[in-house]
Amino acid sequence: MGNVNATPYRVVPGPEGLLPPAATIMGVPLPEEGEGLVEGRITTEEEALEAAATAMLTRKNPTLFPGPMIIWGWNEHTREKAQPFFEVANEIPGVRIIPMPDYRPIYPKIDPEAVINPCHPNLTIWHNKIEACVLIGVHCHYANITLKMIRAGTNCYTIALCAEAGHEDAMASVPNFDAEKVVRFRDALIKVKKNGIKPLYEGTGIIPSGWAQIAKLKGEIPIKPREASIDGEARGAFSHELVTGLDETAE
Amino acid sequence: MSLETIKPSPGFHNYLPKEYQDLIEDGPFHQKRKVSELGSFKEAIEEHPMCAGCAMTLFIRLVYLGLPSLEHSVIVGTAGCGRLAITQGAVPFIYGNYGDTNCVASGLKRGLDIRFKDTPKDVIVMAGDGGLADIGFHAVMHSWFRKEKFTTIMLDNEVYGNTGGQESGMTQKGMVLKMAPNGKKFEKMDMLGLAKTSGVAYTARISPTNPTKVVNTIRKAVLIAREVGPTYIQAYTSCNIEYAIPTPKVMDDAREVEKDRYGYLEYFSDEAKEYWDKSEADRKKARKAQVK
Repeated sequence: MGNVNATPYRVVPGPEGLLPPAATIMGVPLPEEGEGLVEGRITTEEEALEAAATAMLTRKNPTLFPGPMIIWGWNEHTREKAQPFFEVANEIPGVRIIPMPDYRPIYPKIDPEAVINPCHPNLTIWHNKIEACVLIGVHCHYANITLKMIRAGTNCYTIALCAEAGHEDAMASVPNFDAEKVVRFRDALIKVKKNGIKPLYEGTGIIPSGWAQIAKLKGEIPIKPREASIDGEARGAFSHELVTGLDETAE
Repeated sequence: MSLETIKPSPGFHNYLPKEYQDLIEDGPFHQKRKVSELGSFKEAIEEHPMCAGCAMTLFIRLVYLGLPSLEHSVIVGTAGCGRLAITQGAVPFIYGNYGDTNCVASGLKRGLDIRFKDTPKDVIVMAGDGGLADIGFHAVMHSWFRKEKFTTIMLDNEVYGNTGGQESGMTQKGMVLKMAPNGKKFEKMDMLGLAKTSGVAYTARISPTNPTKVVNTIRKAVLIAREVGPTYIQAYTSCNIEYAIPTPKVMDDAREVEKDRYGYLEYFSDEAKEYWDKSEADRKKARKAQVK
């Protein structure tokens, strides 16, 4: 590991402000195989997994954000991670699973309880008051954007379990994260609990998030709840123009 | 880019948002949907941030219905109103820089053909008149000269609607717009004529007044592009904001414009005609055999 930890810069939970510097520009290196990254410092893989496990067990509203490379079973590598992923979830009391199924910008309105989107991940973090999260199965270029935006505007501790080189902008990251390493993360959660870390939400299981997930996990048919109607003057504020068209001669 | 990409890994189905569950269970991927079924299944695009009553959105919705295999398609677009809706679709979308959509599509199509030798992959450029006839003009023309095998669809709203109403090459002569107060001084560009001259295999001009016709035209263009060469569709998709068309009158305007000057027009090259007649005959034969 030598001099790789020479930079004094620390990648700690934000909010860092509108444009946080990219950790790589601040001299934070990427971990090699067998190593991990904790708050900008190269550590052993085990230390990084334990730091991630401690954050997920002790911070408020821990959430797993599975990305397309684990959600969609389009090849053996994605399918084989699914089972250990849920084993990890079962070891984190009070965890939520909020998926990032793809990278489409979701307009006109995101449902922050049901989904996280790389174009505005802060909305999901803010709405659910998430203070620790894991990104897994997210393509690196979108994970980079997401991690920077989360650090910019929230106080969330980010953990990037990356199938490639790892992420400097996460508070904890481990590279080459295959199914075997997902199992190791589960083991790290068990170990830190054995070592005396008391989970914040002990005795709680996975907490369903979003109306569709809640219904599905109860075995019910999901029916979208009615949204609160806008009343008073706000209703129809623009309806005149929409119905009649814009007045080209208006000053 | 296959049906496998919309099968969730074990255990994940129940955690997906409802929109994705619907796409898996009742979407357009596993079976071909018809125009008459619109509204009864989960479409590739539903929510979008386009203006109320936008004809372009209706056309884009029909394009998704017309694509012969959604799971093997990639759409390339660029800045403009259209991409606000196209990026919401459940089909991979690539954002080309303004002007280079057809360069991106050329490289993409060639790459896909090398990577997937046995499965036809469709590349469709869908952008506005500014992106294709003005700023992207050179790239469009050269992709046609090179006989690149993909479809170019122009969402022709005859204005730069997204930036406040500047005239484009496709604006009608004499048209006064917010940012063209003296009126346009030149004729509307003859992109169909240019396409024909450049050796495009199939061209069509269309309005979104007849959904079935739009869907069939899209399907035809994409299938011909797969086998023969470049295809081009020019679709009238009015901008009700910049042209001050009252929302309920958008389709009336489309019908009027279609009647006056934008009527349905299609052109096949000889090779495209031969291919299309043969494939239609084969399809009819197969359907008859299925009935028997």
